[in-house]
Amino acid sequence: MLNNMITSLDPQSRAAARGWSDITIRNVFVIPTVLFLIVFNVFPLIYSLGFSFTDFRASTKDPANFVGLKNYMDLLSDPFIWRNFTITAHYVIVSVAGQVVVGFGLALLLNRSFPLKGLVTTLLLLPMMLSMAVVGLFWKLLYDPNFGIINFALGLGKFEWLANPDFALYAVALTDIWMWSPFVMLLSLAGLSAVPKHLYEAASIDRASRLYTFFRITLPLVAPILLIAIIFRTMEAFKTFDLAFVMSGQPTTEVVSIRLYKMAFQEWQTGKSCALAYIVLIMVLCITNVYVKYLNKAKER
Amino acid sequence: MAVVSSRGQKLGNRVAIAAIIVITIIFLTPIYWIGSTAFKPRNLATTAPPTILFEPEVSPFVKLFTKRVQLKPNEQVDRENAPWWEQIIFDGGERISRTGKGEVQLSGYPDRFMNSLIVAITSTLLAVSMGTITAYGFSRFKVKGEADLLFFILSTRMLPPIVVAIPMFLMYRAAGLTDSHIGLIILYTAFNVSFAVWLMKGFIDEIPREYEEAALVDGYTRMQAFFRIVLPEAATGIAATAVFCFITAWNEYAFALILTNRRAQTAPPFIPSQIGSGLPDWTVIAAGTFLFLLPVAIFTFLLRNHLLRGMSFGAIRK
Repeated sequence: MLNNMITSLDPQSRAAARGWSDITIRNVFVIPTVLFLIVFNVFPLIYSLGFSFTDFRASTKDPANFVGLKNYMDLLSDPFIWRNFTITAHYVIVSVAGQVVVGFGLALLLNRSFPLKGLVTTLLLLPMMLSMAVVGLFWKLLYDPNFGIINFALGLGKFEWLANPDFALYAVALTDIWMWSPFVMLLSLAGLSAVPKHLYEAASIDRASRLYTFFRITLPLVAPILLIAIIFRTMEAFKTFDLAFVMSGQPTTEVVSIRLYKMAFQEWQTGKSCALAYIVLIMVLCITNVYVKYLNKAKER
Repeated sequence: MAVVSSRGQKLGNRVAIAAIIVITIIFLTPIYWIGSTAFKPRNLATTAPPTILFEPEVSPFVKLFTKRVQLKPNEQVDRENAPWWEQIIFDGGERISRTGKGEVQLSGYPDRFMNSLIVAITSTLLAVSMGTITAYGFSRFKVKGEADLLFFILSTRMLPPIVVAIPMFLMYRAAGLTDSHIGLIILYTAFNVSFAVWLMKGFIDEIPREYEEAALVDGYTRMQAFFRIVLPEAATGIAATAVFCFITAWNEYAFALILTNRRAQTAPPFIPSQIGSGLPDWTVIAAGTFLFLLPVAIFTFLLRNHLLRGMSFGAIRK
């Protein structure tokens, strides 16, 4: 019974008899990697699930006491945690919306042939290849109210970007938009190039307006791939840590990852932070599920 | 659109190209600013209005690589017999130092840069080789629950790093792996393998099975067919995957911040930690940033076509 699921190259099974058999090769090639991933991805999660029900503190030698759901109850009734989630949601919406507008707009502009198109596309990809922490640090100079190039270029005088609590989150989001719009642009370009040309020709024969063509042909056909870009970017923005942590120490930019970091490695509330990590994990899974549902709907159309 | 090729269309095209030029310049300004600040004399880095034209200097790099230390009363440094790189440091160091006291030594930056190289290169090699053979296994043989397994492999990428970092920190501390190169290498390999499997499966699926079947008929073993037929065919895919893995490992910040503090610390947590309080020397920060970004920028240029394909691939396949 096992034998007929070994290989899909049955005609050559005689050849496979030389050297390692196909089943051996498959096992040697697949099983170690899967085990490796289980040990380093699944095991830590189970480990921290256990800690999330305790009052363990990694800074002391005290043994962990089982406290049941107390950590979860405390966290869910803590207004400060909800503030962190609100800040994160705010950040996700601003930065993803910005990336979609800029990235898709850029893709619409680039979706034509012009000289040096390849070079321009590559240059625009550069920001997303760089380190968020290191680049984020340097953006502090660009934002500097006294001698930053941004205020100079925009003629904003001594406008405070990062020191202003009301504006710091947007300043961080703007850097994120700079870094990741190219990603949305890239996926949108792939989507745009897949739209059949004859649809546009038919539309122009019918003397359809540009707006009509855009909303009835371009957008629906690019929607699925644009949604994939949005899913990716939402997940990443929700996870955000590097940029906000390096660029700003404001309480108004304390996204949930930073709260988690402080709780775990500065306050050393290990058990409680594991519980918070699980709350975040459940949220990520919910968001993904909602998106996947929309994605399937968009694909059906 | 191609049908109506009127004057309005041409004008539209020109406006679009002008817009592209303007946007590209805006997008590249921060990168240009890093590069130019790295070569500025310190007093020109923070001027209002910002200095655009200046005479480039290498002093930020000398300052990046050196630090001044106070010598103990009887300590002597043998300058005459020092190796050539220390001679350069001594010479450069004299130019940047104002007081005669103390001695010039290598700063922490070269070590951190080396750590980044060691960790990123090793974990990339591991992730790509594991990813390639596993992708081949999934691509050519029937594996029970293949779709579920592949989804599981991908799902390991969905978690916020901080979520996994807490148990990793505890496990590593128990195993004595904190602040070690091996610890970071294992971790980055685990993160990159999932990605490598998905990307490589796409590339290997595209290689016709007939190639191997012909080789098997010619008397090759399956392993020989894999090494001599499939691997060369998949070479460009392997290169693209390797660059992606390298970039991810090279740029990683959160785990490096939590799991290392000195010996194995990589550059991403080191550079921001150097800013300290008071007035930072932005030319030194820019020099460190510039050197750190350089490898990735070069990779991006050399492999741009593969990158474009690999990137849209990974996303579309999902």
